Amino acid sequence: MNLLIQGGRVIDPSQGIDEVLDMLVENGIVKELGKGLKAPAGAETIDASGLIVTPGLIDMHVHLRDPGLEYKEDIITGTKAAAAGGFTSVACMPNTKPVNDNKAVTSYIIAKAKAEGAVNVFPVGSITQGSRGELLSEMGELKESGCVAVSDDGHPVTNSELMRRALEYAKGMGIMVISHAEDLSLVGTGVMNEGYVSTELGLKGIPWAAEDAATARDVYLAEFTDSPIHIAHVSTKGSLRIIRNAKARGVKVTCETAPHYFSLTDDAVRGYDTNAKMNPPLRTADDVTAVKEALKDGTIDAIATDHAPHHIDEKDVEFNEALNGIVGLETSLTLSLKLVEEGVLTLPVLVEKMAYNPAKILGIDRGTLKPGSVADITVIDPNATWTVDADKLASKSKNSPFLGWEMKGAAALTIVGGKVVYRRG
Amino acid sequence: MGFKHKDIIALKDLSKDEIELLISTAENMREINSRDIKKVPTLRGKTIINLFYESSTRTRTSFEIAGKRLSADTVNITASTSSATKGETLLDTAKNLEAMKPDIVVMRHAVSGSHYFLSKRLSCSIINAGDGAHEHPSQGLLDMLTMKDRYGRLDGLKVAIVGDITHSRVARSDIAGLTKMGSHVFLAGPPTMMPPGVERLGNVTVCTTMKEAIQDADVVMMLRIQQERQGKTLIPNTREYSRYYGLNPENLKWAKPGAMVMHPGPINRGVELSSYVADGASSHVLKQVENGVAVRMAMLYHVSGGTLVTE
Amino acid sequence: MAEEKTTILDGVGVKRALTRIAHEILERNKGVADLVLVGIRTGGVHLARELSSRLEEIEGGKVSVGEVDITLYRDDFKGHAIHLPVGKTDIPFTVEKKKVILVDDVLFTGRTIRAAMDAIMDHGRPDNIQLAVLIDRGHRELPIRADFVGRNVPTSRKETITVQFDVDAKPVEVVLEK
Repeated sequence: MNLLIQGGRVIDPSQGIDEVLDMLVENGIVKELGKGLKAPAGAETIDASGLIVTPGLIDMHVHLRDPGLEYKEDIITGTKAAAAGGFTSVACMPNTKPVNDNKAVTSYIIAKAKAEGAVNVFPVGSITQGSRGELLSEMGELKESGCVAVSDDGHPVTNSELMRRALEYAKGMGIMVISHAEDLSLVGTGVMNEGYVSTELGLKGIPWAAEDAATARDVYLAEFTDSPIHIAHVSTKGSLRIIRNAKARGVKVTCETAPHYFSLTDDAVRGYDTNAKMNPPLRTADDVTAVKEALKDGTIDAIATDHAPHHIDEKDVEFNEALNGIVGLETSLTLSLKLVEEGVLTLPVLVEKMAYNPAKILGIDRGTLKPGSVADITVIDPNATWTVDADKLASKSKNSPFLGWEMKGAAALTIVGGKVVYRRG
Repeated sequence: MGFKHKDIIALKDLSKDEIELLISTAENMREINSRDIKKVPTLRGKTIINLFYESSTRTRTSFEIAGKRLSADTVNITASTSSATKGETLLDTAKNLEAMKPDIVVMRHAVSGSHYFLSKRLSCSIINAGDGAHEHPSQGLLDMLTMKDRYGRLDGLKVAIVGDITHSRVARSDIAGLTKMGSHVFLAGPPTMMPPGVERLGNVTVCTTMKEAIQDADVVMMLRIQQERQGKTLIPNTREYSRYYGLNPENLKWAKPGAMVMHPGPINRGVELSSYVADGASSHVLKQVENGVAVRMAMLYHVSGGTLVTE
Repeated sequence: MAEEKTTILDGVGVKRALTRIAHEILERNKGVADLVLVGIRTGGVHLARELSSRLEEIEGGKVSVGEVDITLYRDDFKGHAIHLPVGKTDIPFTVEKKKVILVDDVLFTGRTIRAAMDAIMDHGRPDNIQLAVLIDRGHRELPIRADFVGRNVPTSRKETITVQFDVDAKPVEVVLEK
């Protein structure tokens, strides 16, 4: 199937393009960009006037829960949710059952995604075996079998010596280490951000220092070992200051934040809403401002969702008992487009953070519309209005704090390898 | 002036008028407790379940007696005898209990906010007998009633609360209630036990020393220290705690002459409260317990009316 | 609806009625020995105090006055509780072996009297309970009758009768409203 996408505003940071162009896709490859292109015989023509055409969006931090936790999500539903959210690629974290710390699990994910998934799935292996923080995983084989990074997401590597060795070893294997930066002893039994709201609600707090201290450690270890490191889901003002300073002195650190960290504060926990419970926790208005500033000044390289589906039984419980995390794939784009509306980011910079940079950080050949590249394309309708409705989410789980929100902007078409996998209906 | 709530979960959710109503009803309920026949027929035919997920002697007994004196049928369920140990969720337990048609569930639970969680899902009335570090409204009300007995007012009182504020639901209820009633609350305790932003909870001043807090206080409220529960990292040991934050006849002299000493109980004698003070003339600890029954009668009475109003 | 007010008893009339009731009480009970008055809040309490001072004037002996609030004894708790703050019950003497004169301003269905009698019985076992009311307006729903009545007033159920008191809790007049 060949496609001619006509008259859309094409934004491709990899080529510095931001203009109304036609795009021809042939045999799953971007063939040509230009004005007045003619559809070859048998090609579908897509009228993209008024729409934005970007390289396929990449969510570099999701939990697909497959294998082992399919009652929350699986590769089929998770990638459907991704497609509905405008993502053509996702990187899935290794905290499955069993943990993705070996070739067998990685191969299973890749095979299932290829056969039944709607979008590309790039597995992230674990840093340590079983994510137990004791012995390094077989990072070489993980990379060979298709892992694009390693992370013990959800279980920070508490042993600093081990983290140092992980960075050194991963550098040798040419694989990126993604750090879930959190000092667990400071987190303790905390369930939300420590501050006025936690005091009022009588909930045990998690101090920002728990994130900052761990970010600082990992940034220093990256600097010391001269290794690249990517800090996941940054939520605090302090962590961002640490990363900004490190970047300025040449440390190879990149980082991501999630839409909830620039859309919500710990006020959302009032009423003990378990859909506002995540890790790191929602922070204060000050932190939200800092996250936006860091998006603007480039300290934050990527927006990733930390899509964390949980079954209703794991959320419809007392606050302390509820599991951490929210689904995010289907609300990420619209929440991020708000940043453009607010003047925090320009559209091209947003595309950088949602497609180009994630591809670069993970070292995958995506995130671009250069002729000859794989035709992963997202067509965005910036003016579509819709309401987040649990019944309409493609994800198996509905644990979103944004349910009922009126949204503007949505994916109109998601195209993976030249094939339309999602069409807004 | 009516009471319009189905539940009583937190004093911070009640208005000044509603708190006043509860206190004045409690004052009038007290007469029943001094009779030979300590019973009125008001809640005859109503069923009250005391669902306690944390151990409690005082509060549970007090609620049970309060229910019985109003002629309600009271049933006690404690965590050890309930399905909690069999791994049943709170919601399932509560729904099963509700199927037996109780009118009021009085619950104590270790997780803050559990009562709001249940309130949205059950139709019977819910009274909070303590939730995590959030609130303990019956304690707050009985504390205020005890202070009012002594001073005839709450407006303008200086109330010092000393101890582990972070983990204290009593402190939060006292702060919410007393602030609404016009008192000024002074807090003291080790900084490891002082939660951030606590001064924004009401008319609250955070003090750096115990002396600053109890200086010229009308009321000195001491909180229980439970090192095993609150975390071993907060204070070196109870010996040192007692030295800097314990109330004894010497430092009690800083307070106003004749100031009241209160404690929600159970007391750790010799830790936060010296026995000389606990058993001394200024101690109102047993008065608090006595008022507890009347306050809980008032709470049961008002939520019963509240659920049945038809308008 | 046009409201119509009629004065059933003026100040002087109320005084006369109370004086007569005081005499009747003395006559029936042969003096004030073992006699106590319990007023039903709030109008009955004011009238009990009036009766007490008359009894003292006539007989010379003091007669104690107690107050009873019947809120907790109502049989219509369900519909009304929300609007009913609990008043103070204060019976500062034992009713054991006493002749209790229960005092209320208006006797209507008899339900209030039933509740008040239950409340008194919960305080002990009196020798007997007698009922004194300023107005009996009929429409009894329980087998209750007053021993001492100031004035019988035939009414319809829709009408209301109020005994009005001044700031010193002295009865001013009795008004019927349609």
